[in-house]
Amino acid sequence: MASRLAMPSDMTETAPKPARGGLIYRQRLWTRLTHWIWAVALFFLLLSGLQIFNAHPTLYIGDQSGFGFDNSVLSMRAENTPDGPVGTTTIFGHRFDTTGVLGLSTYRDKPAARGFPSWATIPSYQDLGTGRVVHFFFAWILSITLIGWLLGSLLNGHLVRDLLPRLRDIRNLPRDIADHARLRFHHQRDYNTLQKLAYGGVLFVLLPLIIATGLAMSPTMNAALPWLPELLGGRQTARTIHFGVMLLLVGFFIIHILMIVAAGPLNELRSIVTGWYRTDPPQPTTSSGREGA
Amino acid sequence: MAGFTINRRKFLTAAALGGSSLALAGCDVLDGLPRDGGLRDVLESANGLTYRIQRLIAGSDSLAQEFSEADIRQPQKPNGVITPSDEDYKSLQSASFADWRLEVTGLVERPLSLGLAELQAMPSRTQITRHDCVEGWSCIAKWTGAPLALVLDQAMPKPQARYVVFHCMDTIERGLSGSVKYYGSIDLIDARHPQTILAYGLNGAPLPVSNGAPLRVRVERQLGYKMPKFIRAIELVDSFATMGLGRGGYWEDRGYDWFGGI
Repeated sequence: MASRLAMPSDMTETAPKPARGGLIYRQRLWTRLTHWIWAVALFFLLLSGLQIFNAHPTLYIGDQSGFGFDNSVLSMRAENTPDGPVGTTTIFGHRFDTTGVLGLSTYRDKPAARGFPSWATIPSYQDLGTGRVVHFFFAWILSITLIGWLLGSLLNGHLVRDLLPRLRDIRNLPRDIADHARLRFHHQRDYNTLQKLAYGGVLFVLLPLIIATGLAMSPTMNAALPWLPELLGGRQTARTIHFGVMLLLVGFFIIHILMIVAAGPLNELRSIVTGWYRTDPPQPTTSSGREGA
Repeated sequence: MAGFTINRRKFLTAAALGGSSLALAGCDVLDGLPRDGGLRDVLESANGLTYRIQRLIAGSDSLAQEFSEADIRQPQKPNGVITPSDEDYKSLQSASFADWRLEVTGLVERPLSLGLAELQAMPSRTQITRHDCVEGWSCIAKWTGAPLALVLDQAMPKPQARYVVFHCMDTIERGLSGSVKYYGSIDLIDARHPQTILAYGLNGAPLPVSNGAPLRVRVERQLGYKMPKFIRAIELVDSFATMGLGRGGYWEDRGYDWFGGI
């Protein structure tokens, strides 16, 4: 728990138990509810999305897929070699052997030619129809919840009070990066600068972009909003961006989990489950200029 | 400050957090999601929402994007059944489809039987469009054919007709319980859409066998599986409950959405 304290952690063994900060109500019900709905929806969207990707595990740039020419940027395939079948992944012309994970992996004890392995897809076996049913169901859940969250957070002040970066957040950015790099966390009511940027980036950039690129792949939406695929560089570019944003969201998830663990998982989990969060005790001498709760 | 050390409790929490997703994936959470089960029905209810909202946004006449000759950079990629092995098809094919006829039946005032020459004598429409496969790929090609709306006008659908069903000549599945020929259906809004054509030409040449000769339908605001090839008959119906497994098409019977607009 060194990160809670202003003193070196090796003193925690001998020093008297330090004063604990107070519990504050940090996350409203609507914030917590939408958070967990997104967590579930994104989980199913990811795994059903990889199922859909597996139906044609190649990504292209432009309106169409090059069969008579090459406009691919990523491709997973199984190939036969003198040494047996291998799985390869080609990214911007660079070919990697990804046997066992991408291109070729084991399904029910047999090698199977598939983009992502069975443990990463819903259903585990190849079933594009079911993958699409699951994907579009949770796409609706995500989109409706996102709109509901946006309206609710505008009304209850969460957006402006908690997520909008202030001038002092920007000024504080270098120190906040340094603090994160040293895994030194301050437990206060307000999100720190990197939190605001990360959450804002996911909610206002990545999620809208992944929804927009998803819609840009729909032929009916193309007829209704022809500017949408055009803006995104064509239907196949939209599909590639959709995949790229997925990777960024997975990256966010990994960092999100690491930060929770590093900052004190029980306290962080309590705040996103119950809303209550234990803040650091006041530190009169080492005040960093942040506002306490 | 002392370096961050991950203690046992933190590690276990992390493992539980991160591992829960893997565990869920590993337990094959939705494997064998039954075609008609309650959970499937709940999940599929989203498709009905998609259909209604997309119809609302796209209307009945908004056009799919059309491209230029310069965008035709490759032959149209064939998919599904590429060379039908059905004997009746092969004999029609050997005569260059001179004996082939398109039957228009069902809930119509005037059933029709049209040869290829009769279809080609009708006003035609040529469009360069992007074919979007449900698998994820796209291919741009030039299609020429007779608007389905003109054929429907001749046949005069009865008021109770709601869907147009395309019956095909190709056997797509051979199993112990018999063989299945491809079929599919669209609603009358898409059937009467200006870009919905009965295509007999591709990229300035007669439609090749691999792309559905002698006749395939183009439904440009939907995915490829909604555009049956090797058509032999068009049937107007008020319900497709009694056809196949009752979901309106070969792929629909195997779990695809009936509405292929997304």
